[in-house]
Amino acid sequence: MMRRFVMALAFALACGVASANEAKPLAEDPVVEQRLIRISEDIRCLVCQNESLAGSRADLANDLRREIRKLIHEGKTDAEITDFLVSRYGDFVLYRPPVKPLTWVLWFGPFLLLLGGVVFLIRFLRQRQQAHAAVAETPLSDEERRRAKALLDATEN
Amino acid sequence: MKKRFLWPLGLFLVLVGFLAVGLKRDPSMVPSPLVGKPAPAFELPRLEGDQRFAPKDMLGQVWMFNVWASWCVACREEHPVLVALAREKLLPIVGLNYKDQPADAALWLQRHGNPYGLSAVDADGRVGIDYGVYGVPETYIVDKAGVIRFKQIGPVTREVLDKTIRPLVQELQR
Repeated sequence: MMRRFVMALAFALACGVASANEAKPLAEDPVVEQRLIRISEDIRCLVCQNESLAGSRADLANDLRREIRKLIHEGKTDAEITDFLVSRYGDFVLYRPPVKPLTWVLWFGPFLLLLGGVVFLIRFLRQRQQAHAAVAETPLSDEERRRAKALLDATEN
Repeated sequence: MKKRFLWPLGLFLVLVGFLAVGLKRDPSMVPSPLVGKPAPAFELPRLEGDQRFAPKDMLGQVWMFNVWASWCVACREEHPVLVALAREKLLPIVGLNYKDQPADAALWLQRHGNPYGLSAVDADGRVGIDYGVYGVPETYIVDKAGVIRFKQIGPVTREVLDKTIRPLVQELQR
């Protein structure tokens, strides 16, 4: 039992060491790499569209990361670097699209749907309440009274 | 009472409509922000000869800028269309040999025909980034003033050529 535990521990440690080796930073400067990762996490890789630029291993993603690194070294701000990419690849590269007339539906559509649902719910509940009230107010006809009495008698027996 | 039952049916049909459109659309077709903007400047060596090429060399004519590579499979599909177009002499075609080995590129043109007046060599893909290239082949139509008027992502088919590119070029050449 103990031996197994030690082996498992050794294995886990070995895995840790292996992945640590893989995750070597690409450039010497950790500050630049930090900024690169922060910027590229919000950028879509256009080759494999469901991956961020930070996580993609596509060739183009490598080139773009190299380009962003260069821009950082040139002293560009994050906004300038994002603009650089948007001016070439369009808003689609942004995982957080900007709010502008073209993206209004995207940003506000869900709230509109929610509002529509609330309005529908309120109307539905009101209608139901009114229907119930109407039923409660109308007196029973003789026929209905007779049937109700029959039912009640049946349960009493 | 009946109207109430039609509501979900209506909503369902709208949803089906959206999904049907979504199925037919190609998610890799991303609208380019470059259309309507000046073609980004660059200066690159040519595949043949010692001269260099810059887009400003083409000012005053309508021209086609086609990004290609010998490793690009879809380029092979597109190539016969370009070769036929070059024979027509409708407009000059300039190639951008994107992230390729010059020897491979030359061999490829030898084998499949060369529709390009010249090809600029973008070995590290830096110019490709300026043109927003993300899937080779890509094709641009640039007008006499050097403004990009059209961009095709993926192969130029005969259909795109006849329905979109040819009328556009003829109009721009006027």
